Amino acid sequence: MKDLLVLNGRLIDPANGVDAPRDLLLRDGRVAAVEAPGALAALESASEVIDAAGLIVAPGLVDIHVHLREPGQTYKETIATGTAAAAAGGFTSVIAMPNTVPVNDTVEKLAWMLDAARGSVVKLFAMPAATMGSMGSTLTDFDALRSAGAVGFTDDGKPVLEDHVMRAALIAAARAEVPVSQHAEDTRLTGGCSMNAGPMAFRLGLRGMPVEAEARIVERDIQLLREIERAEGLRPHLHVQHVSTARAMEAIRKAKQEGLHVTCEVAPHHFALTEDAIGDYDTHAKMNPPLRVEADRAAVVEALLDGTADCIATDHAPHAAFEKEQEFERAPNGITGLETALGVAMRVLHRDRGLSLSRLISLMSTTPAAIAALPGRGSLAVGHFGDAVIFDAGEEWSYDARTTRSKSRNTPFDGAKMLGRVKATICEGRLVYHC
Amino acid sequence: MSESRYAPGSLLSVAHLSVGEVSKILGETARIEAMAQAERSRILSGRRIALLFYESSTRTRTSFELAAKSLGATTTLVSDKSSSIEKGESLKDTGLTLRALGAECIILRHSCSGAPFVLARETGLPVLNAGDGMHEHPSQALLDLRTMLTRLRGAGHATTVDGRTLDGVTVVITGDILHSRVARSNAMLLPRMGARVILCGPEKLLPESALGLGPGVEIERDFDRALRQAQVAMMLRIQRERLAGLELDLGDYISRYQLHGERLAASAPKVVVMHPGPMIRGLEISDEVADGPQSAIEEQVYHGLAVRSGLLARALGAGGFEREAL
Repeated sequence: MKDLLVLNGRLIDPANGVDAPRDLLLRDGRVAAVEAPGALAALESASEVIDAAGLIVAPGLVDIHVHLREPGQTYKETIATGTAAAAAGGFTSVIAMPNTVPVNDTVEKLAWMLDAARGSVVKLFAMPAATMGSMGSTLTDFDALRSAGAVGFTDDGKPVLEDHVMRAALIAAARAEVPVSQHAEDTRLTGGCSMNAGPMAFRLGLRGMPVEAEARIVERDIQLLREIERAEGLRPHLHVQHVSTARAMEAIRKAKQEGLHVTCEVAPHHFALTEDAIGDYDTHAKMNPPLRVEADRAAVVEALLDGTADCIATDHAPHAAFEKEQEFERAPNGITGLETALGVAMRVLHRDRGLSLSRLISLMSTTPAAIAALPGRGSLAVGHFGDAVIFDAGEEWSYDARTTRSKSRNTPFDGAKMLGRVKATICEGRLVYHC
Repeated sequence: MSESRYAPGSLLSVAHLSVGEVSKILGETARIEAMAQAERSRILSGRRIALLFYESSTRTRTSFELAAKSLGATTTLVSDKSSSIEKGESLKDTGLTLRALGAECIILRHSCSGAPFVLARETGLPVLNAGDGMHEHPSQALLDLRTMLTRLRGAGHATTVDGRTLDGVTVVITGDILHSRVARSNAMLLPRMGARVILCGPEKLLPESALGLGPGVEIERDFDRALRQAQVAMMLRIQRERLAGLELDLGDYISRYQLHGERLAASAPKVVVMHPGPMIRGLEISDEVADGPQSAIEEQVYHGLAVRSGLLARALGAGGFEREAL
């Protein structure tokens, strides 16, 4: 493979404290050199060159929460199409959730998913199920799955609800040195619900999911961390997925102050939108956890700004048109998100709230790579993987869902204003997307 | 709300109607009502209307059907229990099929809140919401408005409204507000004519979030105190089928919220009693009140037929609603 030279860009690499004009040399899939402009000029003739003048060069984005639907629901998405959408959104690593059909709960299924034959365009990782079939009762084989490449465990789509099962999962994950990634929803409070509880749900005649449904599980899990630290001498890592409420975020803030090992993610739709986006029953604004009220949105934005929220994750959840063109209560939860995450984050967090580019890249690359302990990712230090995103931080554009690389178009951001456009995505030294 | 996304003549929510449009519907309703049958049956002569019912109904279905026929339209009834819906056909495809068969308007009753919005978006046809889940029942609110105006102001005063027509009128809606689409449509419509709406019921059937229905809506848990302020008392059915898990003590409910003769005489001797039906006699309302002189319950059914004639003419741009050619 030819060397790849990225010249004249503004390189932002939060892991190494770099924000300066730097040229980047990628060789054999790795970062070979990061140098001041001009220092690599001698290599130009022998390399493929990308001119990044006026552009940001950053470590490739990392999404620790995507649904790629393969195996079993390939009419919604495949590993190939989902990761093509990831590349178009600037992501170079994604972590596939286990709620495929069948559920990813064995070494064989994990190996099948991670096999190169699936045609992943970017680096694919997976979090297998915490319990067999994600049924919430019997733990999967954490050690064997860890050895086969698991980067965490989750029953995403559902919570690990029972106290003793979650306790056992946290202990097994602590021993395997990976996080348990929890979909925090007390499903005993959300049966038949399809949006956030409150006046809007009342007016629309829809049953609402109360804030307590999320907060109670987060608070319960934090209590389990305390007990396990005390009783077992272990230090489990709880990762809370898609935090949507001020109350759950407050619980996480306190747990961090207490010194417990808790991390969390926020999805772009939860920091950009409120339940008002449902309008007159727009199923593209239906997901779980649901869009909340402005006070909750403001709280998760604050958490992203002050560091309580560790990272941004899309919860990319493709569904076919016929599934979303249904009665609101019958339509499935979830929206696509890989192609819109950067543009929405740049608009809402960087432009509107002044979050620095370095902090934003940290939220979308450095920290998520660290949460899932993805070796050699989320940094452009020499020797790390040659994963980079090159984007124009000033370009304003509108997202057009018809142009998506995903198989599905179920997004509330169709036609929405975006800031910051991906020009090229490089994964392990290969150009996997450019426009 | 963005009613422009829907075919003109649709009625999905009372929130889509301006006060001026409400007034026009009432005016046209009265005009059609006064017509000789021969003239009336020319209004929708040769037009095709489909009734699509995913839930059982007596009053709403029959009155829409009779209204359509009296205007000269051809109607067809599709119900979930005797159609391809049973085989899993989607609402979208059912709507497209009806459109392909020539339906120019669909009247939809559905157990899911918001279903009429899906049907209107997917077919582009005018859709009349005949009750969707716990959401709305707009034609019921309009017929209730006409019933109130007729009772309180006289027949000649039910032909026009403005933002002050119901000034000084307090309407108490009592019972299972949580599950009631009738309560939501009335609570959103009546305050815009100047009425004060008091919602009454126990916390389990009336959460505080109901105040979000809009300005002019209040909550009063004490039924007698609410009744003493009321000109209209609208009683709602306790939807037994939806009470699972709510642990409602029916004996206690009856003693606190049933409208019976003694309570009526003591707290509201002149109030107009209404009920959208179906009633459960002996639960939310007693026999003597349902059949008594203050009851307007049968008049509501009559006004339902009249108002639905007006709504059908509007849906198809006929009668006084003929759209000017561009």
